[in-house]
Amino acid sequence: MFKIIKRQEMAEGTVILNEIEAPLIARKALPGQFVIIKATETGERIPLTMADTDPENGTITIIYMVVGKSTAIFRDLKEGDSYMDVIGPLGAATHLEKVGKVVCVGGGTGVAVLHPIARGLKEIGNDVTSIIGSRNKDLLILENKMKIASTKLHICTDDGSYGHHGFVTEVLKDILEKEDIKMAVAIGPVPMMKAACAVTKEYNVKTLVSLNPIMIDGTGMCGGCRVSVGGETKFACVDGPEFDGHKVNFDELILRLRAYDIEEKKSYDHYCNLQKA
Amino acid sequence: MADKKVKKEKIARQVMPEQEAAVRAKNFEEVPMGQSLETAIIEASRCIQCKKPACVEGCPVGVDIPGFIKLIQEERMSDAISKIWEKNSLPAVCGRVCPQEIQCEGNCIIGKKGEPVAIGNLERFVADYERKKKSADKPKKAAATGKKVAVVGSGPSGLTVASDLILKGHEVTIFEAFHKPGGVLVYGIPEFRLPKEIVFSEVAGLEEIGVNVMCNAVIGRSMTLEELFADGFDAIYLGVGAGLPTFLNIPGENLTGVFSANEYLTRSNLMKAYLFPEYDTPVIKGKNVITLGAGNVAMDSARTALRLGAKTSRIVYRRTMDEVPARGAEVHHAEEEGVKFFFLTSPVKFSGDENGRLTTMTGLKMKLGEPDASGRRRPLPIEGSEFDLECDLAIIAVGAGANPLLTKSTEGLELNKWGYIVADEKNGKTSKKAVWAGGDIVTGSATVILAMGAGRQAADSIHEYLSIGW
Ligand SMILES: Cc1cc2nc3c(=O)[nH]c(=O)nc-3n(C[C@H](O)[C@H](O)[C@H](O)COP(=O)(O)OP(=O)(O)OC[C@H]3O[C@@H](n4cnc5c(N)ncnc54)[C@H](O)[C@@H]3O)c2cc1C
Ligand SMILES: Cc1cc2nc3c(=O)[nH]c(=O)nc-3n(C[C@H](O)[C@H](O)[C@H](O)COP(=O)(O)OP(=O)(O)OC[C@H]3O[C@@H](n4cnc5c(N)ncnc54)[C@H](O)[C@@H]3O)c2cc1C
Ligand code: SF4
Ligand code: FES
Repeated sequence: MFKIIKRQEMAEGTVILNEIEAPLIARKALPGQFVIIKATETGERIPLTMADTDPENGTITIIYMVVGKSTAIFRDLKEGDSYMDVIGPLGAATHLEKVGKVVCVGGGTGVAVLHPIARGLKEIGNDVTSIIGSRNKDLLILENKMKIASTKLHICTDDGSYGHHGFVTEVLKDILEKEDIKMAVAIGPVPMMKAACAVTKEYNVKTLVSLNPIMIDGTGMCGGCRVSVGGETKFACVDGPEFDGHKVNFDELILRLRAYDIEEKKSYDHYCNLQKA
Repeated sequence: MADKKVKKEKIARQVMPEQEAAVRAKNFEEVPMGQSLETAIIEASRCIQCKKPACVEGCPVGVDIPGFIKLIQEERMSDAISKIWEKNSLPAVCGRVCPQEIQCEGNCIIGKKGEPVAIGNLERFVADYERKKKSADKPKKAAATGKKVAVVGSGPSGLTVASDLILKGHEVTIFEAFHKPGGVLVYGIPEFRLPKEIVFSEVAGLEEIGVNVMCNAVIGRSMTLEELFADGFDAIYLGVGAGLPTFLNIPGENLTGVFSANEYLTRSNLMKAYLFPEYDTPVIKGKNVITLGAGNVAMDSARTALRLGAKTSRIVYRRTMDEVPARGAEVHHAEEEGVKFFFLTSPVKFSGDENGRLTTMTGLKMKLGEPDASGRRRPLPIEGSEFDLECDLAIIAVGAGANPLLTKSTEGLELNKWGYIVADEKNGKTSKKAVWAGGDIVTGSATVILAMGAGRQAADSIHEYLSIGW
């Protein structure tokens, strides 16, 4: 069992942070890696990136958005409760390199995945400009942490309630236009990553993205997480989750993420009804 | 003597009662329902106790078959199970899944003129009987040696190694990547063929005698072999199986609705998607399902699809019925349940709708040409013979490969050109000191009993190493 030692709500309760006791994982985890979590005997195996790790205290931190049944079950766990299974660290670690000026773009809960990467890039001496966005001010997460992890931070909201009024891609284009950016990292909803890559491609700036296909084992044994990268099939759980964004077939990923939309809705409704009863 | 033989042959092979095909094709309960004590004793009496038993020669681990059959006939069930345990620690599993028709039963002398003795059914019978009664004395544990062994993977080969070495007095920890132990027995082979309760009770038995089972441990990621040695393990056994799905590399393979058999079966068996939404993991329940391949994995997939409500479940295979590699019983059961076979057909591409969901598989007709290296006649495409099959679910079951996750993270481990671990055929020693390997990760996809046999040999060698040296 893996005990939740800290629980925090963000973005009006739509995003949850859990710090979990998992000493063996904390000891090994590197930025960019993820864990697979199963809450109960009947639960699903859900992949979540480690937003932080504390090897000394033997804990890992996950930050997730409540989008369906499994994440709703996670939300309902309190401090002191436990997850049944936590597996990791999985996936390849981010390849951190000193290149000079870097731009990091994050949207929604993608900011949680982006944070340790931005921090790592800055730590090894890069000049990190970050752009984070959300629908409105209240849904923005990790603003302060991102400020510390970056040399400069830009904020965007779709409704203009905070920072730049508009999409992260607009600010991104502006920065690429003015500065000599060597590398970009874009993490967030698939349409955002796709749009960001379209922009960076114009400027020929290599862009790292983190993909989130549906997974089961996370060890390369099922192929459910396959994505097309540069015309080749890759398993995101072992070959990724990070890939060269200019080569990713985002449209295929969007379709594959909808594989179970009917079942997921049924499952979530079933859970909500049980909760009401 | 001649007289005796004639008499024995007159008794017909006892039929194992089974759920009716139409009923069982809609549930996940076990197909054969087990036999009664009476019929087991009658069946046992059909064995003529050969002096040089051909059946034993056909058994990869050399179970004393006439020996345990005689004990059944004498109604000494706990002695019968102890007799089997001498060579095979998982008889309830093997009685159900071994390809007896090409092993023990295929060799049985009675089978030359009539039906062979139902060795598999008898093995299963004693094992089930014992699991309920728990009357036999468990094998005794030797005095503690203070040595620690890590077993990576909890499939049949890992379980065998763990069981043998704990009895020899060593401390044993099994590291399993999944959240449940059992390997293919749990994530691959469906409930209707091998109830999971049997596998879990075997593992529980090992835990009772002191084996430590650590799930959620992906060796190579959670811990490396070097770290295991640093943590004080004296020897490591790698029984990680052949868990890499093979795809066909044809257009449309990433459409929603195209699965590897590994994914399809893992969802259904390990994650219990057949009980969705009671269990949270979904699986696509196709109406018209195509399975590619014709081994046990393909039969299991096609039969699972029927149970999940498919209207049609079809097996598409490049060769003919003569080359089908699945166990005879599985093919027979699949046909009875309504699975249709398309022989001499090769998949060319998958097509889908605007939502990226599979709608059609295009196949190409084949004909048999000259025999190839394996002696089987090579299937050759018939040009222009493409045709379409409507389907909303396609399961690719054309074999598995070596998963590089662990081998890539381990230095000094020699691999062959397909990525399988090179290990000594006789004792399982790898090129890396104090590391053994066996089962599917050495041989490629094979059978439960071969994986167990490799485990037994390696356990002997590990014991020797821990007592004497490398
Ligand atoms: C490597 C990786 C890292 C991730 N990291 C984070 C993270 O740090 N924070 C975060 O909020 N989310 C993260 N995700 C996404 C997260 O796994 C899904 O949001 C979660 O699985 C949804 O489950 P659900 O039952 O609550 O929702 P559902 O109703 O089941 O599904 C909602 C959406 O999630 C996707 N999804 C469903 N099941 C899975 C699954 N088993 N694996 C992956 N996606 C699935 C579906 O495509 C669907 O669009 C990550 C995904 C991957 C692959
Ligand atoms: C669907 C299906 C049906 C089959 N039917 C039959 C049949 O009827 N009869 C028959 O004889 N054979 C059958 N087989 C074949 C048989 O199951 C295998 O040959 C046998 O299970 C191999 O045993 P193993 O111990 O080598 O590996 P496996 O059973 O594959 O077990 C390996 C275990 O290692 C774990 N593992 C892998 N990597 C790691 C890691 N890095 N760290 C920790 N753990 C790891 C895996 O999760 C798995 O649990 C079937 C196979 C399948 C897939
Ligand atoms: S070959 Fe057949 S008859 Fe002879 S000992 Fe074996 S099971 Fe009995
Ligand atoms: S999740 Fe199964 S191979 Fe990646």
